Amino acid sequence: MGRYVLRRLLQLVPVFLGTTFLIYFMVWALPGDPLAGKCGDQACPPAFIERMREEYGLDRSIFVQYATYLGNLVRGDFGENFRGQEVSTLIANAYPVTIKLAVVALVIQAIIGLTAGVLTGLRPGGFLDNVVLTATLFLVAVPVFVTGYVLQSVLGLRLGLIPPTVPADPGFLDLVVPGYVLGSLSLAYVARLTRTSIAENLRADYVRTATAKGLTRRRVVGVHLTRNSAIPVITFLGADFGTLMGGAIVTEGIFNIRGIGGLIFGSIQRLDGVVVTGVVVLLVIVYLLANLVVDVTYALLDPRIRLD
Amino acid sequence: MRSPRVAALLALSLTSALVLSACGGGGGGTTGDAQGAPTISVFGTEPENALLPGNTRETGGSKILDALWSGLVDYNQQGEPENKVAESIESTDSQNWTIRIKDGWTFHDGTPVTAKSFVDAWNYVALKTNAQSSSEFFSNVAGFDQVNPDEGEPTAQAMSGLQVVDDRTFTVALTAPSPVFVNTLGDVAFYPMPESFFADPAAFEANPVGNGPFRYESRVPDQNVTVTRYAEWGGEQPVGVGGVEFRFYADSEAAYQDVVSGNLDFLETIPGSFLIDNLYQQDLADRNGNQPYAGINTMTFPIYDQRYADPQLRQAISMAVDRESIINNVYNGLVQPATGFIPEGVPGKVDDQCGELCTFSPERAKQQFDASGFTGPIELISNVDSAINREWMQAACVSISNTLGVPCNFVPVPTFSEFLDQRRAENLTGIFRSGWVASTPTMDYVLRPQYTTGAANNNSGYTNPRFDALVNQGSTAATAEEAYALWAEAERVLIQDMPAVAINDQSAQFGWSPRLQNVEMTYGRELDLETVTVQE
Repeated sequence: MGRYVLRRLLQLVPVFLGTTFLIYFMVWALPGDPLAGKCGDQACPPAFIERMREEYGLDRSIFVQYATYLGNLVRGDFGENFRGQEVSTLIANAYPVTIKLAVVALVIQAIIGLTAGVLTGLRPGGFLDNVVLTATLFLVAVPVFVTGYVLQSVLGLRLGLIPPTVPADPGFLDLVVPGYVLGSLSLAYVARLTRTSIAENLRADYVRTATAKGLTRRRVVGVHLTRNSAIPVITFLGADFGTLMGGAIVTEGIFNIRGIGGLIFGSIQRLDGVVVTGVVVLLVIVYLLANLVVDVTYALLDPRIRLD
Repeated sequence: MRSPRVAALLALSLTSALVLSACGGGGGGTTGDAQGAPTISVFGTEPENALLPGNTRETGGSKILDALWSGLVDYNQQGEPENKVAESIESTDSQNWTIRIKDGWTFHDGTPVTAKSFVDAWNYVALKTNAQSSSEFFSNVAGFDQVNPDEGEPTAQAMSGLQVVDDRTFTVALTAPSPVFVNTLGDVAFYPMPESFFADPAAFEANPVGNGPFRYESRVPDQNVTVTRYAEWGGEQPVGVGGVEFRFYADSEAAYQDVVSGNLDFLETIPGSFLIDNLYQQDLADRNGNQPYAGINTMTFPIYDQRYADPQLRQAISMAVDRESIINNVYNGLVQPATGFIPEGVPGKVDDQCGELCTFSPERAKQQFDASGFTGPIELISNVDSAINREWMQAACVSISNTLGVPCNFVPVPTFSEFLDQRRAENLTGIFRSGWVASTPTMDYVLRPQYTTGAANNNSGYTNPRFDALVNQGSTAATAEEAYALWAEAERVLIQDMPAVAINDQSAQFGWSPRLQNVEMTYGRELDLETVTVQE
């Protein structure tokens, strides 16, 4: 397993270089002038534009710009965006919020999804099964922003149970409603995935053997069945965590969460390639590590799986 | 689990319990200053540049600067200047001015505000090598050409027209008489700067020091800027709030929800979706306002495109736009139609100069249009990433195509920066959205930057020497009345040439939380922080 992990880590390097160059180039290639908003709706004086272009290296070729950026990056200097803000500060402010939101969303979708999936998988065709299937269909069909706006209006404004937006430095409790909104779609997937997985594995040989050996139902389901049925679900949760870490633009916009999603979206609009690439660098690393953890967890869950 | 129904109910109650427990979340933050006076939160947008008065020309930054600084004069709601730091601004010939400032004004670091604070600051902004975006505001001061020549390096470090007489007096010599010079002095470009700025400009950016009613406290990039009350402010009355948090929102709709629930104290632009059916007036009963300000929405012709070269055609298109209909349908009747090229609220504006040419006159429009021989579809172009640009331009398009019988297409441009690029490249093939806010309340500031030949914001390629001459004569007239008359004449020339179609004067719809009292808007469309009070 050690060699496997090492090989996966080495694969990170070319992926890292490739994606950062691609992202940097794509933002640079977007039409528009990054210095556009500097003077409001009016034209900036020529001396000002000159100085800005020099300062940000906009008059040099894209390859030179990228090489300079990479050179600074490996020394830990993420650079500055067009507003003169340190990118590392922006990322350091936004990432913890996104991580908290992603964890909350993951926990909500795991708990509710797994519970619903296990219960319905054990009794397919029952009343609970139909309720859950309809509810998940509904959750999949409704777009995220509808769920978000409705919950914000109903819970925030009409009932006054929660503030409509999330405060600047949110705790985990502040993020429960946005986390639910974010996780609602994946919750449906987790529930159905678990249900299918459990229903299949109920007919497996080892379950029959375990029951025949005289183990209690609770032990059969809780220890043997759930562990094996969780494999596809863990895959999904791992991939989903990576996606959640990438930021949830819509949810963050609705609840005014200052996370990675809003940061990337705003930076793309302002053509701040430095910020977008800086965030992507971290995202790529996190995503690949998350997938690595998932793959390693396979081996732990199912001894039949060998890592090679 | 014996009964699936119990399980279902349990799952439901678990979810609702989780949701309800979220009501422990923090609110808008009611921390106070040393005297215990409360802090209010105000909607803002992240400043595009560092917080320097000479280098800020957009509203995100200027809103904060207006709290941190006080200038020579302030504008009242009619756009007239009132002395603030200045005690007197006098001249016998409108060309050589003597400015005397009041005693007792200090910067937040305790140093006094002197005449030198102004003169040094103005020289810094004007100097070409400092590359400040507000440098052109000093273009009529004698000696500007030496510190900021069109070509090459500056030959002087300070303008010869600015001279310090004593601690509280300095003189300004202009290159030509300017009857409205006093009206221009309220812009952020003219704020004074303390010595600490000139000693270390870079460190100053991290911790700006002004002379205004609030001092800079802290800042989290992309989140907020917090300022607290400055106890030794030189203004006449102490301010009523202990501090202000300028909170930045990614989406102004989230800010609207916050104002409705009281989580945010003030929002000065209600998003378009809540203007429909005056929804905001129901949500914010007794805590909303609708106030016109000196801005105008227009759409400009690409006169560099030969197809639009005929003024008769342009007049026809102007008469084909049903402004009342647009205002009722898109703005819900909350704004007024434009009656000229000067927005309402700029001193000296003559009412209804445009007359028939800016009202919906379908017969005359069709007649003139047919006579001009224009063929092919008309295009209206705008960026669609902000405000309600798309809606009003589409409405205008419908109005034009119905009246003139020629197809009209709306061409959206995804982002503002792309739109600016295209506009600057002067290769637009259609009529493009434009607008202007008279942040300096003079007719010169409306006419000159947009319509004089070769001006920086002249995006249409319009040129008319007679118009240029009238604007210049007005700017150098002996008295304000003469200036107004000449500029009004210039406006009439503009109306005949119709380089742009004036649609409506702008209005601000704003709302506030139940905590605020005495809410008023300044001329610059911001919350008047000097008069607002908080009631807990």
